[in-house]
Amino acid sequence: MSAGHALLGLLAEGERHGYDLRRQYQRRFPAAKPLAAAQIYATLDRLLRDGLVVAGATERVGGPDRTIFTVTAQGRAELQRWLSQVEVPSEYVANLLSMKVILALLVADDGAAADFLRRQREAHLARMREHTRVKSDPGADLLRVVAADYALNHLDADLRWIDATLQRVTQLAKEIRP
Amino acid sequence: MTTTTSQSPSDSTTGAVLAARSLVKSYGNSPALRGVSLSAARGDVLAITGPSGSGKSTLLLCLAGILSPDAGEVRFGGARIDTESEARRSALRRREFGVLFQFGQVVPELTAQENVALPLLLSGVRRREAMTAARSWLDRFGVADLAKQRPPQMSGGQAQRVAVARAMVTEPEVLFADEPTGALDSLAGEQVLGQLMRVARDGGTTVLLVTHDAKVAAYADREIVIRDGMVDGDAEDAGRPTTSVGQHRIHR
Ligand SMILES: Nc1ncnc2c1ncn2[C@@H]1O[C@H](COP(=O)(O)OP(=O)(O)OP(=O)(O)O)[C@@H](O)[C@H]1O
Ligand SMILES: [Mg+2]
Repeated sequence: MSAGHALLGLLAEGERHGYDLRRQYQRRFPAAKPLAAAQIYATLDRLLRDGLVVAGATERVGGPDRTIFTVTAQGRAELQRWLSQVEVPSEYVANLLSMKVILALLVADDGAAADFLRRQREAHLARMREHTRVKSDPGADLLRVVAADYALNHLDADLRWIDATLQRVTQLAKEIRP
Repeated sequence: MTTTTSQSPSDSTTGAVLAARSLVKSYGNSPALRGVSLSAARGDVLAITGPSGSGKSTLLLCLAGILSPDAGEVRFGGARIDTESEARRSALRRREFGVLFQFGQVVPELTAQENVALPLLLSGVRRREAMTAARSWLDRFGVADLAKQRPPQMSGGQAQRVAVARAMVTEPEVLFADEPTGALDSLAGEQVLGQLMRVARDGGTTVLLVTHDAKVAAYADREIVIRDGMVDGDAEDAGRPTTSVGQHRIHR
C-alpha cells in the first residue's frame, strides 16, 4: 500500500498542511490504520523530493508553523495513473480497493470509480478462474484444493464488495462530494 | 446420439453452436430483455451473471427455446430455432439440449433411475437400454445407490445429483443451467458442480451457466454480465441494429 498515493489523492482534493492532512486521512479512510505524524512528514518529504507536490505558504495558527502542500501537474498525472491501475489480486487487497474508489470519487467522478471497479472485477474473476482450474484438476490433492478454496473465498469476498459498491457508486459520490 | 445436427452443430460461417441476436422479451408491459446478443462456440463454458431481476433466467429460457422472444433471433448450429413450431423446438430440446434448474426438476413419482432414463425414453430409446444408461450416469454422480428411491426420500443434494445426471444422460450439445447449485450447501454444491463441469468439458458440451455466485462463475471460461436486460457494456449499441453477432463485452 502506498501512503504516498493516498496523501497525493487527498492533496489533489484541496491543498492542506500536514496536520490537516492527517485528520483528513482518518476522515476519508475510517477503516485504515491512522498514520503517525512522523510518517506523514516523511511521506510529504518524499513527495516533495519527487516533484509530486510543492510546499507553499506557511501559516502560523497559535502553535507551530504549518506549511501548505499543493499537488503539481506531475503529481496529478501520477495519481491518475495509480487510480486507474488494477491491483494484482492478492488475498488482502480489499482495503486498498476501497481507498482507490474513495480517491477516484474525490479527484475524478463516479464514472472513473465504476470503470476501475469493473476492470478490477475482471482481474479478480480471472484469478478465481486460475484457482478453480487448479482445484478442478482430477490429480489435485486435497492440500491444493484446500489452499485454492482459501484464496477463492477471500477473492469472492472482495468481489461481492466490488459488486455492491458498483451498485451504489453514484450514491457514494454524492455523499462524499455533495 | 446420431442426428444430422449433432454431427455438425457449428454454424459454418461464425463457428458458433448457439447464437442470439438482439433478443427482446417483455412480460406484459415490463421489458425483461432489451436487445441481448451473444454467441457460444462448441465446448464453451459461459457464465451469465448480473443482479437479481436483470433478465438472466429469461435469457436462458429464450436461448433454450422454452420462451419465444418478441424480437431478435436464436440460432442453433446456424439455423433459426425461435421461429420453429413448439413441437419441433421440444424435439430439439430433447435431442440436443440439457436443462438444469434450481427447483422442480425431478418427477416425485418416479425412481431416481426412471427420472434419469426419462429423456432417453422420450426420444425413443428402448427401456432396457435407457435404464442401463441411467444407472451409469447415477454412478458418475455418486448416487447409484439411490437408483430405486424416489425424490421425496432424498435430501436436496441427492435430488440435485439425480437432476444433474438426467440433464447429461442424452450427452447434450448444449447444457442450460440456472443457479444449478443454488439449493445446496456450498461444499456439496461445489462437488456436484465440479463433477458436472468435468463431464461437460470431457464431452465437449457447451454450457450456459446462470449464477449470481462468482465462485460458480469461476468454473466458466468467460462471463457475460446482464444489467437491466442488456449485456453490460452494450448500452451504446442499444439503439442501433446489431451487425455482427457477439459484439458483447466479454470478460475473459
Ligand atoms: N413470468 C413472469 N411474469 C412477469 N414478469 C416476469 C416473469 N418472469 C420474470 N419476470 C420479470 O422479468 C424481469 C427479469 O426476470 P428474470 O427472472 O429473467 O431475472 P433474473 O436475472 O433471472 O433474476 P434472479 O437473479 O432474481 O433469478 C424481472 O423484472 C422479473 O420481475
Ligand atoms: Mg433467475
